[in-house]
Amino acid sequence: MHSFGYRANALLTFSVTALAFICAIASFSDKFSNQNPSAEIQILNINRLKKQSYGNDEVSLTLDISADLQSLFTWNTKQVFAFVAAEYETSKNSLNQVSLWDVIIPDKEHAKFRIQTSNKYRFIDQGHNLRGREFNLTLHWHVMPKTGKMFADKIVMPGYSLPDAYK
Amino acid sequence: MMGWIGETVDSIKSIKIRQLLTQAVTLGMIVTSALILWKAMMCVTGTESPVVVVLSGSMEPAFQRGDILFLRMTKDPIRTGEIVVFKIDGRDIPIVHRVIEVHERKTTGKVDVLTKGDNNDVDDIGLYADGQMWLHRHHIMGRAVGFLPYVGWVTIIMTEKPIIKYLLIGAMGLLVITSKD
Repeated sequence: MHSFGYRANALLTFSVTALAFICAIASFSDKFSNQNPSAEIQILNINRLKKQSYGNDEVSLTLDISADLQSLFTWNTKQVFAFVAAEYETSKNSLNQVSLWDVIIPDKEHAKFRIQTSNKYRFIDQGHNLRGREFNLTLHWHVMPKTGKMFADKIVMPGYSLPDAYK
Repeated sequence: MMGWIGETVDSIKSIKIRQLLTQAVTLGMIVTSALILWKAMMCVTGTESPVVVVLSGSMEPAFQRGDILFLRMTKDPIRTGEIVVFKIDGRDIPIVHRVIEVHERKTTGKVDVLTKGDNNDVDDIGLYADGQMWLHRHHIMGRAVGFLPYVGWVTIIMTEKPIIKYLLIGAMGLLVITSKD
């Protein structure tokens, strides 16, 4: 009962259980945080709307993105992954979501920002449905904890549209 | 420590058959309950791998090599921003990346999905099978919903240096045989 092996085993079991319990509580504490993020996106310019050589439409645009995600950070937050996606419907597809830009926010100080940028990822349709197309811009955030449950949400901003002709 | 080894050698010498059989059954019960627990987790989470170990740095700094992810699969549609675990046809290793593009068909409800690791510069087209442009629902094994750091290192070490796995199993076997209850 008092051998080295038994003591090592008891110590290991106890410390693993205690650690698991602490991680669970840390994650649970995230439920009590009050969150009110805000964001605004403007399209500064549609740079190009063209048809690719093998048929799909492609858009290049410049966005002005401002957001305040500081309230998402808790003591258990490792980083917040934020991205902007365009959402639209076509005759063939009930939903298209294309991610245009993303950022990794490592701490609270960087969580309030304003940036002007062209789309980081290519906005290419399945087909040639983009002329005159209306679309939403959504700002999504994904809170990644130091330990435990991850949670995500978004703000949907409707009412953007693309030009009627290729340019 | 040396006294413990001496005790172990002594107790091996005085083993009785019935005691040995009881311990074998006990060991079998422990292994079986672990298996039952694993299968139950598969039912509850809806995926055949409820827990995966992060193997590469493509999702840093959020997920590092050695972290473990808890997965869940529901019938909910796949949407951008979700961190999914998928397998490419013909390859064994599951990949954990984020969905950056979704195109859902009106008529069939089927989806074309494009993924990318947060820490990679380019999307995953290079990882998919030859000629494959999109992932489909059947490639996706689950969504990551929770995370524990560092715990997965045990699995990585045991996979990459199998000698440690054999040493560990040998030591556990020795402990079971020589324990007096």
